[in-house]
Amino acid sequence: MNMDISEIQTFDHDVVVIGAGGAGLRAAIECSAQGLNTGMICKSLLGKAHTVMAEGGAAASLGHTDERDNWKVHFRDTMRGGKFLNQWRMAELHAQHAADRIRELEEWGAVFDRTSDGYINQRPFGGHRYPRLAHTGDRTGLEIIRTLQDYGIHQGIHVHQECTALKLLKDSGKISGVFGYWRDTGRFVLFRTKAVIMATGGAGKIWRVTSNSWEYTGDGMEMAYSAGAELIDMEFAQFHPTGMIWPLSVRGILVTEGVRGEGGILLNSNNERFMFNYTPDRFKEETADSPEEAQRWLDGDASARRPPELLTRDVVAKSIMKEVEAGRGSAHGGAYLDIASRRDGEYIKRKLPSMYHQFKELAEVDITNERMEVGPTLHYMMGGIAVDGDTQMTAVPGLFACGECTGGMHGANRLGGNSLSDLLVFGWLAGKGAKDYVSQLSRPLQIDPEHVEEARREAVGPLNQEGGENPYLLHEELQNIMNDVNIVRTAAGLQRAIESLQELKPKLANIYAAGSSQYNPGWNQALSMRPMFVVAEAVARAALIREESRGAHTRLDFEGEREEWGNINIMICQNADGSMDTRKVDRNAPPDHLAEIAYSNLEDLEGGVHV
Amino acid sequence: MDNTQIFIIAVVVIAVFTIGGGVALAISLYQANRLIIETVSVPRSDIVQDHGGHVSGLGETTRADKWWIEPLWTGFGFLCFVAYANWAGFQGEHYWHGSYLSPFYSPVLFVDLSRVGAAPLEHAWFGIWPDWIRQIWPPFFPTSPAWLILAGPLAFRLTCYYYRKFYYRSYFLSPPGCAVGAMPSNIVAGPTGTKQYKGETGLFIFQNIHRYTWYLAVVYIGILSWDAFISLWEGGEVFHGRIGIGVGSFVLFLNPLLLATYTFGCHSCRHLVGGRKNSFSGKIGARIRFSLWKKVTWLNQRHMLFAWLSMIWVGFSDFYVRMCSMGIINDINTW
Amino acid sequence: MSEYTFRIWRGDSDSGEFVDYKTEVDDGMVVLDVLHRIQAQQAGDMALRWNCKAGKCGSCGMEVNGKPQLACMTRMNTYLEEDVITVQPLKTFPVIKDLVCDVSWNYEQNLKIKPFKPGPTDPDGRYRMSQEDVDRVQEFRKCIECYLCQDVCHVLRDHNRKDVFVGPRFMIRAAGLDMHPLDVEDRIPDIRDEFGSGYCNITRCCTDVCPENITITDNAIIPLKERVADRYYDPIIWLSSKVSGLFQNDSKI
Repeated sequence: MNMDISEIQTFDHDVVVIGAGGAGLRAAIECSAQGLNTGMICKSLLGKAHTVMAEGGAAASLGHTDERDNWKVHFRDTMRGGKFLNQWRMAELHAQHAADRIRELEEWGAVFDRTSDGYINQRPFGGHRYPRLAHTGDRTGLEIIRTLQDYGIHQGIHVHQECTALKLLKDSGKISGVFGYWRDTGRFVLFRTKAVIMATGGAGKIWRVTSNSWEYTGDGMEMAYSAGAELIDMEFAQFHPTGMIWPLSVRGILVTEGVRGEGGILLNSNNERFMFNYTPDRFKEETADSPEEAQRWLDGDASARRPPELLTRDVVAKSIMKEVEAGRGSAHGGAYLDIASRRDGEYIKRKLPSMYHQFKELAEVDITNERMEVGPTLHYMMGGIAVDGDTQMTAVPGLFACGECTGGMHGANRLGGNSLSDLLVFGWLAGKGAKDYVSQLSRPLQIDPEHVEEARREAVGPLNQEGGENPYLLHEELQNIMNDVNIVRTAAGLQRAIESLQELKPKLANIYAAGSSQYNPGWNQALSMRPMFVVAEAVARAALIREESRGAHTRLDFEGEREEWGNINIMICQNADGSMDTRKVDRNAPPDHLAEIAYSNLEDLEGGVHV
Repeated sequence: MDNTQIFIIAVVVIAVFTIGGGVALAISLYQANRLIIETVSVPRSDIVQDHGGHVSGLGETTRADKWWIEPLWTGFGFLCFVAYANWAGFQGEHYWHGSYLSPFYSPVLFVDLSRVGAAPLEHAWFGIWPDWIRQIWPPFFPTSPAWLILAGPLAFRLTCYYYRKFYYRSYFLSPPGCAVGAMPSNIVAGPTGTKQYKGETGLFIFQNIHRYTWYLAVVYIGILSWDAFISLWEGGEVFHGRIGIGVGSFVLFLNPLLLATYTFGCHSCRHLVGGRKNSFSGKIGARIRFSLWKKVTWLNQRHMLFAWLSMIWVGFSDFYVRMCSMGIINDINTW
Repeated sequence: MSEYTFRIWRGDSDSGEFVDYKTEVDDGMVVLDVLHRIQAQQAGDMALRWNCKAGKCGSCGMEVNGKPQLACMTRMNTYLEEDVITVQPLKTFPVIKDLVCDVSWNYEQNLKIKPFKPGPTDPDGRYRMSQEDVDRVQEFRKCIECYLCQDVCHVLRDHNRKDVFVGPRFMIRAAGLDMHPLDVEDRIPDIRDEFGSGYCNITRCCTDVCPENITITDNAIIPLKERVADRYYDPIIWLSSKVSGLFQNDSKI
């Protein structure tokens, strides 16, 4: 049965932004400012995206708390944190523009915490040489998304809420539309558009212990992949070292790095401050080697080095794992995070209000008196859609991407705080890129009704089944498989995961959702299974190929960084027959000026001029 | 200025505030009365089960907890105070004992020396209860100085942002509790009325005079502090009588103190000292404003507590003086 | 582990009914966990909104035993096993399905509020604000837009005066802008006439239900009412501004 495409509700836009988190909103604002007719699709209500969960702050070398800071130091920190696997151009643009994007937010009404002389205050964070994170208590993400939202609604953006995009439509290779459905009515919807900006975030839901919500099923990565774009660095998934681990129902919920930034320390069951034992050689020079020096740093002594709790996230997460393996873990298999003995209660409540609230309400723990129990939780995907650094365009003409769903910016490991600034910088650039692309289009684009019909048929599949696989249980099976693609990995485990995923594919085709299409979470879950399978397979395959341990990717059978792998990115795309193609790509040599900054001494960069 | 002029000015000022408070009280009582009548007479036909399983209508709720306790005790508590204050005001006697003056009767404008336990003549601002007032005074009202006083503080309390919360909840049932069906607006407007809920934009727009009643309340703190000072001198003869102290002095000292915690925690006061500004930083003036605002804010966060404490203590002060004056309690003192 | 009975409203905009579900509850669970368990095991098509599961996004607002609450922040150990726990969608907004309401009215209200308009920068081209100036505003900006205050506000809930009152959520939004030290827009006429500050009778249910513990009434709505009183209901201020207006042009307080 074929259906007439004109029966489907249709909207016309110059550009459609998929996702309304920080990146999507910033991109939409830029598109609108550039004069494009902009539509924005979001799966949830506007303002609920995962950006609200970002707590610590947005990294930008404003130099308000330490004048020695500048974009070059930020760039150097980012490259070192990413184990030199970052795309050079992206890291450069990010470091250069982050400060302006933060100041711009202030002009749009954002209210960041202040320094004593009235400027935006900055907080120290893991991997950042200087206090660099513009923040609002521990709810910076909320502040940023609300600012963008309240500014954006007056810019003429058409927001399509509770709408899920399912498929990108193309006209002779170029993007020409988006097919999706309304979550509330279950009816399908078609967007005719000249460009699409993906801002769909990560895919944390393929893991069991994650700080991500139901939305993060890798839709954007899968849509782009299916449309012909490439995925890059998929083996790098960041486990945040401090997630809640008890009670079970809150396992995975994030405990901001800000707790450590404000002086919190990690202890094992013997009350030892174990992080001093795990400082990697590369960071020894910049890290305190005694509690006494760490204390001086906390008290504001500029000559003291940073405490080891503020090492990069991969290091801290692995250290906690090792303590647990050695039998020195906390009662529920993690570590203790203690701020109560370090700061007075009022300070904690003022600087970390939502952490105080979160532990009080969810775990009945008063963090001004008691220690928290924390353990690693899947938090962020460094890998994602490969884009051009300047325009944010993918390999598919008209398809752009920004934010967490892209890869390359953060290399093998993301520094805390670089995500919020990444959203702003690359959302902005994607908007500009889309404008340039749309202006040079010469002929009107068409949508092939056949493609629409095919997408519709795929979508209603689970509803038309006579019984079949329960999508919730299938999701659990997927998460079980991903236990082999966790924080530490082996060839055998990864092989097993890839095979299990193949075995599960028939079940995926036989998925079943009861009820009607109207606001049906079972059906919605069923439709998000394919993206999760694609991303899960991509992560497992890429992880199997990279035979070394670098950043967030740890192989027990290949310990340590291997020099030859430092010049290689793993790219993934779809073969014509629908199977997954993986290949190793040699990295381009960095431009001299960037290489010089990245490998230079700090002294050479300090006091540099803002660019 | 001779006595006549002072007298006329005083009467005008008092009249203005008395009328303000009186009008507020009258309107409140009128509304409350009408509500009660109409609630009883209107059949509750408008109860419908809407989507989501909610029931609309007065008092309807899915809440299973005892939400009605708070509006009940606050409503009853205030009613008790009003009843006692009225009774005490009606007495017109036993408001003075030794050097103690009941706060319900302060300031004593005129004194009727024929009453038992009345204040001495020298403590009445304008002397003996004048003949012309006596002539126009309603025959069933005792010549009680309290009638010229009570309306002022009452107007402050009736327009207070805390009192409004509890009396809208307790007496107007608008709403009686959170997520509990409020008094339907068609009932407030009468069974056939089409009027809709107006909140404080209709009749209750007078609540905006709150800041003026606050100015008055500040004056009362001064007057009552003076009364507390007087209580230290035997017979109330300031600088002449023997100085001493009694339990009653403690009672009368605590009274203006508690009233001050309530009065200076007022939302209008918080607005006045700094809330109206958008910036607290800058020169010395701004810093003073900020520190004042912070102190008022501290009191304001405890506004409910101090509202009740000060109200109860005013009542108790009157009770204590009255009992002493009637000879039921024997005041312990140094005289 | 113990068994609880949940009475959940199931239905759509046309019809619906309460359905009872018995389910196992583990230690440390919140209401949202239980609803997910029911969804996965007994009612796959039961609609509910949720996102962060940590009280930060404000998606899972519903009425549990008649009280507007975030399901993710309502711990099961606050209920007794023998009690039946009733779960309903918000009352103030039309039901779409099961526990999901159409809250689009709220987004329309936000559009009514004039956007932030910063004044001139300092001579060096930068903005300065001190922490004590922004503390007040930051409290209001904690709002996660769960709309529980909108749900419980009797002006909207019982009297349905959505035509004249924007509700507590947008009163604090207006307060956050009006008290912003950099903002120069005048919103006082709007606050009285368009947003309906006079309709609030300060019974403080919005403050009672706020999951972010924002003191909505005392810190936002009452100060706005006082600012409105300054402009419209205070003869002395009115007179003095008229008088001082004769001598100077700048009369903005």
